[in-house]
Amino acid sequence: MLRDITIGQYYQAESIIHKLDPRVKLAGTIVFIVSLFLYDNLFGYLWAAAFLGFVIKASKVPFKFMVKGMKAILFLLLLTVIFNLFLTPGEPLFTLWKLTVTKEGVKTAVLLVIRLVFLIIGSSVMTLTTTPNNLTDGMEKAMGPLKILHLPVHEVAMMMSIALRFIPILLEEADKIMKAQIARGADFESGNLIKKARAMVPLLVPLFISAFRRANDLAMAMEARCYRGGAGRTKMKPLIYQKRDGMAYLILLFYLAAGILVGKVLL
Amino acid sequence: MPIVLEHVNYIYGQDTSLPVYALQDINLVIPDGQFIGIIGHTGSGKSTLVQHLNGLIRATSGRVLFNDQDIYAKDYNMRQLRSNVGLVFQYPEHQLFETDVFTDVCFGPKNLGLDKQEVELRAIDALRKVGISEEYFKQSPFELSGGQKRRVAIAGVLAMKPQVLVLDEPTAGLDPRGREEILNQIAVLQKETGMTVILVSHSMEDVAAYVDRIIVMNHGKVMYDDVPAKVFSHYQELEQVGLAAPQVTYIMHKLREKGLFVRDDVTTISEAAEEIARCLEISP
Repeated sequence: MLRDITIGQYYQAESIIHKLDPRVKLAGTIVFIVSLFLYDNLFGYLWAAAFLGFVIKASKVPFKFMVKGMKAILFLLLLTVIFNLFLTPGEPLFTLWKLTVTKEGVKTAVLLVIRLVFLIIGSSVMTLTTTPNNLTDGMEKAMGPLKILHLPVHEVAMMMSIALRFIPILLEEADKIMKAQIARGADFESGNLIKKARAMVPLLVPLFISAFRRANDLAMAMEARCYRGGAGRTKMKPLIYQKRDGMAYLILLFYLAAGILVGKVLL
Repeated sequence: MPIVLEHVNYIYGQDTSLPVYALQDINLVIPDGQFIGIIGHTGSGKSTLVQHLNGLIRATSGRVLFNDQDIYAKDYNMRQLRSNVGLVFQYPEHQLFETDVFTDVCFGPKNLGLDKQEVELRAIDALRKVGISEEYFKQSPFELSGGQKRRVAIAGVLAMKPQVLVLDEPTAGLDPRGREEILNQIAVLQKETGMTVILVSHSMEDVAAYVDRIIVMNHGKVMYDDVPAKVFSHYQELEQVGLAAPQVTYIMHKLREKGLFVRDDVTTISEAAEEIARCLEISP
């Protein structure tokens, strides 16, 4: 039931993208998102699409996994399109009842949809090819210099990886409790909003209790293994840049620069 | 009301890179009043199997019939089925949520739409059956001991008066005494009410003394389905899949090897004692 949620899911495969240093993938995602907002012409978007296609192909993740994440934002997309179509002032194209569709409206709607879709797919490439632990490792390392400002970088990263680790556990637990209560005749689906909210009590109370129990156990287990924060802590697999990571940075730079330059020169 | 499974298959994560074939071509007939043990290693598909019995999991292919009716039929009453086939999950005490023991047990029968009096009668009856005395009724379920919590949770399912009671690892995490108490209570319950009881476990020792039939699961398939003595005679094959026959089986086989011709199809310690005594011509 609840296991169908795929946000932040990792897809196991042997590919060059999977092997890249998580810092490269973080930087890549940021560069890609920035590029989407820098490019403002057709060529730019074709270029971005080509780049995205190239990365997806290299990642060996089936395309349908990228699209799965889209379902969650379908409503948001629809809303964006509707508001932009009808509420952007400018040269009128045609009128539907009291609503006027303008040329500018169509343009911004299309632009926004492309940007949003690319943004979601682009970031899901990162989450699909990087394990959550790897990702937080990358973030910790990338944010390392902030330690000088006395920011608890390690603690934040640890909290993030624990939170990420707990998502599937709690989902599974919720699934189990839900089934157990359904087996006792609970009904989570029918009725109005108030009735549905009340029906959640038999699910939420045991779920909270179990979350606290697990947090307690985890804290105990960490203490038992002498965990005392980030100072002096070494890693089993430290992040070290490889040759392929350098190449990836170059490709990224080329992607960004070429997109801007060609856009400026040609058009 | 018999349950029949026909060619049931179940696949987890069908369209991911790692589909798991949790159940493969399961064919079973579960008649009324039987006491059945389902044994299997972790991940053998036993928990998945029992969740098919009350429709919590829908088979990828195949049919499940309850009382000769296909439970996947379009207008089949799943709620009715779930009250008829009571399923007690692993660590059922994790599902307790009410402020007191009594109200928690009332949850199931209340969902069946019974009137208040009937609900309370059933709750009292169910709690009595699992050996929870009245002094605990108004206590918070979270203040009880582990064994007590578990019995309250089992009462929560019993109060729905199921005709088939399925218990998934009811003794997991309990001490030997708590384990024996729960198993004895279940056995008494089965005799008293004549309901079908299905006990899921990974321990032969647990079920050997109680059940009339053992279904051994391995890698999502039924490996053996027979009376306990027959199943245990395959003790070498059982070992190969990470299971073990009860210790008495090994003792009896060793004794035969050493030349004492005892029967090797006994399943409980008391039977074994009698059999050895008979062969040695002494009284146990």
